[in-house]
Amino acid sequence: MDELIKLHAATYKELLKNYMNTQDERALYGVEKVSKAFIKENILPEEIVNLHIDAMEEVSTNLNKDYKHSMNFLLEAMISYGLAMQEIQMLREEKHVLESEISVAASMQETLLGTTKPSIEGLDIGVISVPAHQMNGDYHHFIKGTDGSLGIAIADVIGKGIPAALCMSMIKYAMDSYPEESMSPKSILKNLNRVVERNVDPSMFITMCYAQYIPSEQKLRYSSAGHEPGYYYCAKNDTFKEIKAKGLVLGVSPDTEYKEYELIIEKNDMIILLTDGVTECRDGERFIESQEILSIIRKYAYLPAQEMVDNVYKHFERLQDFQLRDDFTLLILRKKV
Amino acid sequence: MNLTVNVVEENEKSVLNVSGEIDAYTAPKLKESLLPLTKKENNKVEVNLEKVTYMDSTGLGVFVSALKSTKENNSTLTLLNLQDRVFRIFKITGLDEVITIRAAIRGGNE
Repeated sequence: MDELIKLHAATYKELLKNYMNTQDERALYGVEKVSKAFIKENILPEEIVNLHIDAMEEVSTNLNKDYKHSMNFLLEAMISYGLAMQEIQMLREEKHVLESEISVAASMQETLLGTTKPSIEGLDIGVISVPAHQMNGDYHHFIKGTDGSLGIAIADVIGKGIPAALCMSMIKYAMDSYPEESMSPKSILKNLNRVVERNVDPSMFITMCYAQYIPSEQKLRYSSAGHEPGYYYCAKNDTFKEIKAKGLVLGVSPDTEYKEYELIIEKNDMIILLTDGVTECRDGERFIESQEILSIIRKYAYLPAQEMVDNVYKHFERLQDFQLRDDFTLLILRKKV
Repeated sequence: MNLTVNVVEENEKSVLNVSGEIDAYTAPKLKESLLPLTKKENNKVEVNLEKVTYMDSTGLGVFVSALKSTKENNSTLTLLNLQDRVFRIFKITGLDEVITIRAAIRGGNE
């Protein structure tokens, strides 16, 4: 026993003596503090019982035999508690190791899936992606084509946590391997669907929206694989419209074909893409409806796109009982000229 | 919030009455009851979701693996009485076109 523990043991004896004589409550308060110190030093319950037995021998001269036997009995009964405590200690350490491994994996994922927001003349882009847990199952990616077009992928893998995050790396590398000339949204989704169908667990699948902006034609071409619909803001009429696109999620059926849609974009129009973490936010028991999200976007629409998405997220984060149940990704494009 | 699953077996048909919320925590329970039923040859599996108030994408994952399993085992899967919020995510994901969904109550989907 080191010095500190000896000191606490002495205090214990002192307090016990005091209490036996006076039944003063201050002694009870004192022993509470001592027991906390014991816990901190990982002193096992049976050691405390042992200490108590020793202390009683010193404090009292007329201990009867029954009492002494009973204390030895109690000592034995405490041993399993001691073992359980040691086990908890071990689990705590293991948990700590796991946590640090996950955080290494999370930062690796960030590097692997990293994408830079491109700067495109006349286009203002804002994006925020917040994982609900350590690893993000949402994914977004920008691909700048040599013809001046911009490819935007936003995806959500169903299934959470680490397996979901690993799955996303597969998507990214599959996409990187496609030659640029075959990059129409519907063919990208068709190809990815085959990759996902062959390679992931049956209970896992991916929703994705792939959009391609062609500045020379002021046109957005897009296809959706079961992804949460985005919104189109028309500046001329000051209205939001759901971007409707039908298509089966990736990974369910091998020969799925995807439809491609087109949208003409004019000055100050916006394209809003998101994942269902945005529409599945809850404030206590209440779901946050899409109308509410749009009204918040409208509130911050005077800001540059990046500040807009940051502020929308902050708005929801500030709600009193806000809980992020799923990863949250919000991406806004605005045509400036 | 909890999830309860109660299975009624009839001849060549199994009905699962599910109530509560289906999310990452409760989905394994649903999977445990549902998957073995889809593995019986020629079994008709019906899942009644009338009392399911919330389902997230993990729930969809369970139904997708159940669907795949019915195809391998010659059984069928039908979902019944979905609440609007639940039906919406089947619709968005396009899964309403590959999974049979039937509304038996008035004011339901379809």
